[in-house]
Amino acid sequence: MTNTRPAPVNTGVPFLTKGTWVLIILALSGISVLIARLFFGLSFVTNLDDQYPWGIWIAIDVATGVALAAGGFTTAFLAHVIHADRYHALVRPALLTAMFGYTFAALGVCVDLGRYYNIWHVMLPSMWQGNSVLFEVGICVMMYVTVLYIEFLPIVCERFCGRVNLPGMFARLNKPIDNLLHFLQKIMHKFISFFILAGVVLSCAHQSSLGSLMVIAPGKVHQLWHSPVLPLLFLLSAFASGLAMATFESLVAAKAFGLKPEIHILRRLGRFIPILLIIYFGTKLIDLVNRDALPLLLENSVQSIMFWIEVTAGIIAPTILLLSERIRQNPATLLFSVSLVVFGIIINRINVFIIAYKPLYADKIYVPAWTEVLLTVGFMSILILLYRTYVFIFPVLEMEEQGSDV
Amino acid sequence: MPTRREFLKIAGIATTTMVLPAQASIGPHLDSERFGVLADLTLCIGCRKCEWACAGANELSNFTIEYYDDTCVFEKYRRPTPTEYTVVNRFPATATSIQTDAKVQCMHCEHPACVSACIVGALQKSPMGPVTYDADKCIGCRYCMIACPFQIPAYEYLNVTTPQVRKCTLCSDKTLDGSGKPACVEICPREALTFGKRSELLEIAEQRIRRNPDRYIDHVYGEKEAGGTSWMMISGTDFKELKFPEVGDESPAVVTEAIQHGIFRGFSGPLMLLGLLGATMKAMKRDPSDD
Repeated sequence: MTNTRPAPVNTGVPFLTKGTWVLIILALSGISVLIARLFFGLSFVTNLDDQYPWGIWIAIDVATGVALAAGGFTTAFLAHVIHADRYHALVRPALLTAMFGYTFAALGVCVDLGRYYNIWHVMLPSMWQGNSVLFEVGICVMMYVTVLYIEFLPIVCERFCGRVNLPGMFARLNKPIDNLLHFLQKIMHKFISFFILAGVVLSCAHQSSLGSLMVIAPGKVHQLWHSPVLPLLFLLSAFASGLAMATFESLVAAKAFGLKPEIHILRRLGRFIPILLIIYFGTKLIDLVNRDALPLLLENSVQSIMFWIEVTAGIIAPTILLLSERIRQNPATLLFSVSLVVFGIIINRINVFIIAYKPLYADKIYVPAWTEVLLTVGFMSILILLYRTYVFIFPVLEMEEQGSDV
Repeated sequence: MPTRREFLKIAGIATTTMVLPAQASIGPHLDSERFGVLADLTLCIGCRKCEWACAGANELSNFTIEYYDDTCVFEKYRRPTPTEYTVVNRFPATATSIQTDAKVQCMHCEHPACVSACIVGALQKSPMGPVTYDADKCIGCRYCMIACPFQIPAYEYLNVTTPQVRKCTLCSDKTLDGSGKPACVEICPREALTFGKRSELLEIAEQRIRRNPDRYIDHVYGEKEAGGTSWMMISGTDFKELKFPEVGDESPAVVTEAIQHGIFRGFSGPLMLLGLLGATMKAMKRDPSDD
């Protein structure tokens, strides 16, 4: 087996491909919606109203985005807390997606806020509101984004220590920046464990609190989802989501950059996913029984259909598939299986925040405006573009050893 | 203090995060002298003078009083909007009930879910009754609109830069310093609205129902709804037919605050998890069994 280590992409794949151009166009369209929102207001670009105050920017950009960024803390837990060293290769890519995932979740909130320029109020102790679930989510996400950027610092140091080479008039800054990087590398080495632990704790806290958000609206959220254990369900599903996303990203990155899939790691990681899904599904089932909500499964409604899709395609199917060693060994079938898990998480978050939401006096159903969709797609495109840029610059993905240094 | 049922509800969550649930402090401190409004729907004739007075007092619009004589608006069920803190709806007579007019506005809950939900404390419950809003604090997340069990707060989506959450203020500028009554109460020509101490209003309501059992159904809407509200209604028609939501006797905020405080009181939960993970990290460091 060839030796691999984290390095900037060196497989000869060009940065700009057809796909990259599509992403750039989508990103620009998303940015134009953002500009329209800033100049013409929420009513101009969204279908939100007094009955439906939250739309897909909260359901997808924030709730789903955060759930899909769970790879960051789950891989950090495996590799650094319980020292399952074989999963080290997955930590950096997952960290990078978490970093951008959370950044864009935060940006998604800001776009949705009516008075986005007041967002800093959340940080003012005089305005802290400990009863508010949203406050808990907000403050935790802010801290976690910071922790993620700190966790990424050692990668920046590794890449540029002794290699700072700014052109022209900035050249005189080379030495001070290099010294700063060396200094950071030294102190980060001492404190990185703390930040990794803090990241795991903060993640558990806000992943669950995201679930608590809708608990406050018992009269409006469909009983198939509304439950006081929603926070626990969100946390348990985030665990499964994290491992599935780490696998998904690794396989997709391998394809995109012409690398060998890290199947020897992924097929072992894949063993945990069905276990986590079974715990999640079991809790969900017990909760439904407890609340006498099982009859609702036979209801003839959009809600019950969406629940069936979420559970069968997103939980049961991938659980059965991933229990098989043969399916986990094959990159294509493994990718298909973890995609189902990811699909299930996305559908679940959309269900909880949109499909289940039945306001008391609605005379129509909320359907997102095309501009809402475009902004969401645009933000995702920027996220992927940033990821692509970073893996070309920083040692994130595992590359086969090459004779010469990068 | 959470009941045993809520305790059991949160116990599952709390044990998984390895915390003992702390007692949650539920609800703001309320003054025993706090005021409210009693609406006797059997007296309301749907003249909409209250809508006019409200619009004037809150500077929402400047239609003439004649504008509100128009009864065409009754053809459609209306909800409060950013420029109408209160609206009157007419429910035609049915086989079981007579024609009833019913005013809608913020109920000013005793333990408001919107206040509990507000991320920055822009919404506050005054110990004297009104639920007040401070636009300068508000970040515009609209979580209060998700939380409100009566679906009251309206949002200025059309306002590009300084949108506000809009709802009845219980004329807190006058009622809090005792200088006056809410504008709608003051103008009501039928005295269908009574402003006063909540405890006394409750007595009046019960008295009226007792003395005229044929006129009223035996239900003071707002006495217990969502943990009790400052506005209370009595009516001859079932409240369900008047589109008043059926909410439980407990504020929706009770459960969320119990969860919230159970896990996060004094940061005990997160700190314990941090300690546990730290210990695991250390203990497993030299474990050679891995790989």
